[in-house]
Amino acid sequence: MNDKKTARNEGIILREIDVDAILIKVLKEDREDILREVTDSKLKGRGGAGFSTGRKWSLAAEARSDQKYIICNADEGEPGTFKDRVLLTDYTDALLAGMTIAGYAVGAESGIIYLRGEYVYMIDHIHDRIKNRYENKLLGDNIAGKKGFVFNITVRLGSGAYVCGEETALIESLEGQRGEPRNRPPFPVTCGFMGKPTVVNNVETFITALHILDKGAEWFKKFGTDKSTGTKLFSISGDCAKPGVYEFPLGITVKEVLTHIGARDAKAVQVGGASGRCVAHDEFESTLAFEDISTGGSIIVFGPHRDMLAVARNFMEFFAEESCGQCTPCRYGVEALLEGIEMLEQRKCSMKYLNELLGLCETMQVTSKCGLGQSAPNAFMSILKNFKHEILSRDSAR
Amino acid sequence: MLASERDQLKTEIWEMARKYDHHRSGLMPVLQHVQRKYRYISPEAMQESAGAFHIHPVEVYGVVSFYSFLSTKPKGKFIIRLCRTISCEMTGKAVIARQLENDLGITFGETTKDGMFTLEYTNCLGMCDSGPALLVNDEIYTEVTPESVADIIESYVRKFGASVTEEKKHE
Repeated sequence: MNDKKTARNEGIILREIDVDAILIKVLKEDREDILREVTDSKLKGRGGAGFSTGRKWSLAAEARSDQKYIICNADEGEPGTFKDRVLLTDYTDALLAGMTIAGYAVGAESGIIYLRGEYVYMIDHIHDRIKNRYENKLLGDNIAGKKGFVFNITVRLGSGAYVCGEETALIESLEGQRGEPRNRPPFPVTCGFMGKPTVVNNVETFITALHILDKGAEWFKKFGTDKSTGTKLFSISGDCAKPGVYEFPLGITVKEVLTHIGARDAKAVQVGGASGRCVAHDEFESTLAFEDISTGGSIIVFGPHRDMLAVARNFMEFFAEESCGQCTPCRYGVEALLEGIEMLEQRKCSMKYLNELLGLCETMQVTSKCGLGQSAPNAFMSILKNFKHEILSRDSAR
Repeated sequence: MLASERDQLKTEIWEMARKYDHHRSGLMPVLQHVQRKYRYISPEAMQESAGAFHIHPVEVYGVVSFYSFLSTKPKGKFIIRLCRTISCEMTGKAVIARQLENDLGITFGETTKDGMFTLEYTNCLGMCDSGPALLVNDEIYTEVTPESVADIIESYVRKFGASVTEEKKHE
């Protein structure tokens, strides 16, 4: 399967590189130098949460243990996100090399790719690439002639649970449990898979780290903003002329993105998928960066004719389905918001109740156990805020 | 379940569990295998899995009931999963849903009487740039049109016996 046709604007991540040459070069460096380079680059996790990758690797490297794990989070379930699909199919070797370097840097011998069940059709391809790397001594024992450096990668499948994209739920799933998020702390870097220090990174993060170690942190920092360095992949869908995967420097404005993709008449953009927020026309000058609108890369465009309450309903139905049900604010909260949407559809929602629902949203953000529940109300809140007039003045129940 | 089938199931579960040293981390691969091969995870399969991993059967049931791709009830030979998430909805998921129901003669959540097809919704398949998208077992279809629905279904009817669900090594 070739997804390259959808990938545009080659910058850092999508450029052609000699993966194996970079791996061999990096494995000659000291672990400390690798950790310092990644930290200096200010790379933040590309899954959406935005934790410093260098810090994560360093914490895992410092942890003392006989076993450590490198886990690639390929449970790409956020609605509107498909950039990892492209990376997993067309940049597989870069991912495997990135994981190998992470293993070297933190002192881990085992790598696991947690591939979402929906992507099972690409597993043969990934296994082929892994096998090829074993044959070429780029995985296994004494990698690239480096005595004593061992790293193995296996692939494990998910079984259709969005919440398993949350790193501790993912680990639970790998351990054969229900995918229910754990309390944090302890964080996976000290107590993760099997209770051992574990680095969990997004697919794109591993690949970006490989590029940083190829060309250096200073080069990487030339892209993006001071707080959000580098470029990022964006998965773009919805009402636009050219949907697909794009690479843009962080700090780009929503408006610039819309121009690139042919969506000048958009009335709103959902940034960050179901757990992100709806950005209306008056905010199109905002930037896509960790310090402004933070995102794992999902951009869904809504044209002028879209019914925004229907959009809100779709997102809330998604959360009602995917909430793991472990904590009360999330379990009951998403149901209450979905009921509220039904009342709005029937034009039977008082302003007082609507405000109560918005208060509930804040409670969910503060009191839910994991990122799913904390971000579940975002879409509801932002759509109600931006399109209150449209929603309250609906002329008939649809 | 026939005694011979149960023996077969037991052998498979225990052999797989052994590869994971009977550590619980092997539970998901075992359940995924059973789901794939037997189209559901029977009470017998849950009991055997529990035995193979030294845990209580209710623990296994807890896991099976948590994941949407694992099922305690038999599914069709081919599970059609239509993406219902926003981008696919905007590209006309509802029309495809209607055509699937019309062409299969069942509604969502049901299985055809011959046990061939189960029709379900699923959340985002990661094909948002080329919706509407659906999965048939492991195979993905994008930019599905109402006209192509019948062709997709027909292609599986023709493959009947050739078995697309044939067991592959996925662990």
